[in-house]
Formats: sequence, structure tokens, C-alpha cells
Amino acid sequence: MFKWLEKNLPKIVMAPAVGLIGWFVYGFVLWTLYISFTNSKILPKYELWGFGQYEKLWASRKWLISVDNLLVFTALFLIFCIVIGIILAIFLDQKIRAEGVLRTIYLYPMALSFIVTGTAWKWILNPTLGIQKMFIDWGFENFTFDWLVNREMAIYTIVIAGVWQSAGFVMALFLAGLRSVEDEIVKAAKIDGAGLFTVYWKILLPMMRPVFFTSFVILVHISIKSYDLIVALTQGGPGISTTMPALFMTQAAFHKSQVGLSAASAMMMFMAVAAVIIPYLYSELRRENAR
Amino acid sequence: MQDNLQSTSYKELEQKSKYTNIFLRWFLYFILILFASYFIFPLYVMVVTSLKTMEEIRQGTLLTWPSSLNFDSWLVAWGGRGYGAGDTFLRPYFWNSIKMVVPAVFFSTFIGAMTGYVLTKWRFKGDQWVFLFLLFGCFIPFQAILLPMARTLGSLGISNSVVGLVLVHTVYGIPFTTLFFRNYYISVPTELVKAARIDGAGFFKIFFKILLPISAPIIVVTVIWQFTQIWNDFLFGSTFSFGEAAPIQVALNNMVLSSTSVKEYNVDMASAIIAGIPTLIVYVLAGKYFIRGLTSGAVKG
Repeated sequence: MFKWLEKNLPKIVMAPAVGLIGWFVYGFVLWTLYISFTNSKILPKYELWGFGQYEKLWASRKWLISVDNLLVFTALFLIFCIVIGIILAIFLDQKIRAEGVLRTIYLYPMALSFIVTGTAWKWILNPTLGIQKMFIDWGFENFTFDWLVNREMAIYTIVIAGVWQSAGFVMALFLAGLRSVEDEIVKAAKIDGAGLFTVYWKILLPMMRPVFFTSFVILVHISIKSYDLIVALTQGGPGISTTMPALFMTQAAFHKSQVGLSAASAMMMFMAVAAVIIPYLYSELRRENAR
Repeated sequence: MQDNLQSTSYKELEQKSKYTNIFLRWFLYFILILFASYFIFPLYVMVVTSLKTMEEIRQGTLLTWPSSLNFDSWLVAWGGRGYGAGDTFLRPYFWNSIKMVVPAVFFSTFIGAMTGYVLTKWRFKGDQWVFLFLLFGCFIPFQAILLPMARTLGSLGISNSVVGLVLVHTVYGIPFTTLFFRNYYISVPTELVKAARIDGAGFFKIFFKILLPISAPIIVVTVIWQFTQIWNDFLFGSTFSFGEAAPIQVALNNMVLSSTSVKEYNVDMASAIIAGIPTLIVYVLAGKYFIRGLTSGAVKG
């Protein structure tokens, strides 16, 4: 008995973690998947109903707007975060004075919650007392900046706040990547007459392919899950113009008693994340095994 | 001859590039400082606004400096105005968050350390798959577990309570903490463990005597990561709690959204600062570890 215990102790110690994750992650996802195939409204029902919820979901105007917003947001969020992140990383890599201070400034938004920063941005972007007033007071009398309350433009305010929050993170990833390149490579290129621009464009950035890949995966992941920022900044409004899948899901589940529909929307989000993450995990593990 | 020619042209080139270099340097600093102001702008606005009176806010612009250091809105945000019903302030919710964060960080870190230890030093057949099994938990969109979680908390009788949130944050922290400890322990030489095993040291003795003493850096990274994540969480907090059991982020959001007669932006900003200050302090004091968690947590998970 004691022998058995000793032999299996590692597995016994592993058991709580595996059990908790098995139940609370895999079990729960399967439950949600099942419920998405039922006609559940206020309470979950367990008779199968087929793909009805998915048909309803993709016929819903609000869901289509959510998906549309998600695509627009993700595209802009990715482009701006990566471009700004790379520029900052390359510039910081030039033996800059006060690099530590600058790095701290670029990255501090990551330490704050989206609710905190959303509250700040909401105040800055509000037309009556925020940026618009600032410019008018400075003498630009016709200056208007009402994106926050403008149906067409409100989604871009979420991009502004989102990029502000996450660009520093991409900077940190690329800076770490650039620093891990051996000096010899850069020196050799310079001796061959390559300018700084060429060194980065032709040699260093192509070497950063794994960092691009990582940033891409993380940023897409953040954007599919974005919820807090929208709640803090626009609550999905004006109207439903800035709603997104995560917001759609919680509203359907907890405010509108559409449990089946919300489960279907959650599963769509799950599949979108899986489509990005599974290839990523696969390649990461292969790289690790190759080492 | 050839050598000579090359060196002169090289010198000329260097001379020429000296001026472009100086220009580039200035350009570099200009851009870096420009971006720094973009990043610092909201924080600056938050702090200045929180120190102004509403009168000053209406008269000045976002950037104007307050006429005097007036901490009234901070006091109101923290402790309310004292008129009873409808008076919302952050103090009780701040404590809710503390009561939620401390045990959740402790449990998730402890479990992560144990699983990371087993996965690297007591390897068994299929341990790679177990790791992958846990790792996937880092990525699931939590919307896919909200509905069953709400029901489970309800049937356990801990919905709308700090205890419920501790459970939720502990469970969904495990994939990350496991990842951190596993990646750290994998670089600890296994020979050390093997030698100790030959000397007759058992499972726990090896952990407490050999691994734990060298684990300080990764414990700091993990604790900071978990603390920041849990303190800043809004999705779980807003879904599984309301009213008196709410954590601070939920309370902040409610305060800002509550439509009382006059919008007091100075109080809103003071509240936001109060809700953000614990993680900000940790970031400033231990930024190195914060970034390490961020990049290693990200690069691998």
C-alpha cells in the first residue's frame, strides 16, 4: 500500500489540476456545445433540436453586426499594434538614453484593466468636455471629434483605446526578439556595406518571423475575447453599432433568456479561437521537440 | 593599392553619414517621445481631472493643470458622501477584491508549482499530452464556460460570493501557473533530482529542499501575473457577482455608468485611479518580472 502510494504520488499530485481543468474547461465546453443544439430559453433543456440556434444566430442582424465589427476591429487592431510595436522596438534598439523609462511608459497600460482605461478614454473622447472641447478652446472653432457618439465611427474609438493598451506589448515581444539576435550577424552585414535600414528590413525583420506569428496569435486572441473595453467605453452603442460577439453572448445568456442562442454564439467564438490556436500550439510543440 | 582606395572612400562615407546620423538621432528621439506622450496622455488626464473641481473641469481643457491640489473627489470615490442609500463608493469593493485575490493567487500558484514540478521532474508516459491538455485552458474564450459555471456556482451555493470568485479564478489560473513553473523547472538539471532520489529523498522533500529554494524568481513572476489578471478581471466578476459581493472593477463600472443627475468626472477619474493603483504600483516596483510573465506567458501560451 505504502509502496503503491509512493510510486503513484506524482500522479496523485497531478490529479487535482487535471481533474479541475477536465471538468471546468473540457466538461463545460462540451456542455455548452450540447446546449447549443437544444432549444433552451430561460433554462437549459436537454432534448436535441439540431442546428436551429445556429440558423437563428446567423440570421440575427445583431450577430452579423457583431461579426462585422469584430473583423474591422481585429484588422485595424492587428495592423496598428504590430506597426507601432515594431517601430518602437527598432527605435528603442538604437542604444537610446533612458530606454528603461520609455519602455516603462509604453508598457504600463498592460498593467491596467480595460475598465480603468476605458473609463479614462470615455472621458477623453466625450464630445462636450473632452478632446473636442480642448481643440475648440485652443481656437479651432469648427473642430469636431464625436466618434464616441457617432454610429459610423464609434467602433474606431475602441480601436484607439485597444491599440493604446496593447501596442507596448508587441513592442516588448519584438524588442526581446531583436535582442536575442547575435551581434555578429548585424556586424557582418554592416561590413558588407548594408545600411541600418537594410539590416532591419532585409535581415532582422525576416528573422523575427516567430515573433510576428506569436504577436498575431495573441492579438487575435485578445480581440476575439474583447468585452471589458466595449462595456466600459460604449456598452455596444450608440444603438448596437459597436456590439461584438463576446457582448452578444453575455447579453443573450444573462439578459435576454436566450440560453441556447448564447451557447451557439459562444461555440462560434470557441471555434474561431481554436482555428488560430491549434496550429500555433502545434508549431510551438514541434519547435520544442526539435530542440 | 586596392586597400588604400577602399579605406579612403570608406572614410568619406563615414563623414557624410555623420550628419545624417545626427539628424536620424533627433528624429529617433522625436518619434519615441511623441509615442511616449500618446501613452502617458490618458494617465495624465486621469490624474489632473481627479484633482479638479467640476467648475474647473467645465472652464478648462483636458490638459489644464488644477488650480490647487484638491483630493476631495478621491475621498468621495473611496468613502462616499455619507448620505446613505444611493451613495456608492469603492471602499467595500476594494476589500472584496483583496479577499478574492489573495486566496486565488495563493491556490493557483501552489497548484501550478506542483504540476510544473511533476511534469518536468517526475515524467511519466504521456506527460506531454497532459501538459497540452492543461495548456489549452489558457486559450479558451471564457464565454464557452460562462453558462455552466453560473449553474455550478448556483448549485454549490456560492454564486454571488467572494468564495465563488476565488474558485473561478483559481481554476482558470491553473493553466497559466502550470505553464510558468513547467517552463522554469525544465531548465533545472534533472541530475540534481536524480541524485537526491538515490540519496533516498522523497517526492515532497525534493520539492521543498531542492526546487523551492531556487524558485523565487518564477514565484514572483507567477504571483504578479495572477494578481494582475485577477485584480483586473471584469468578465467573471460581472457575470458571477452583483451588489455587495462585487469586486472593484465591477463596482467602478457601475459607478461610472450610474446615471445620477450630474456627471462628476472628477470622481469617476479618482475611482478609476483607485481601481488601477494596486496593479500600477506592482508594475512600477516589479516591472521586470511583470514583463517576463507577459512575454513568457505569451510566447508559449
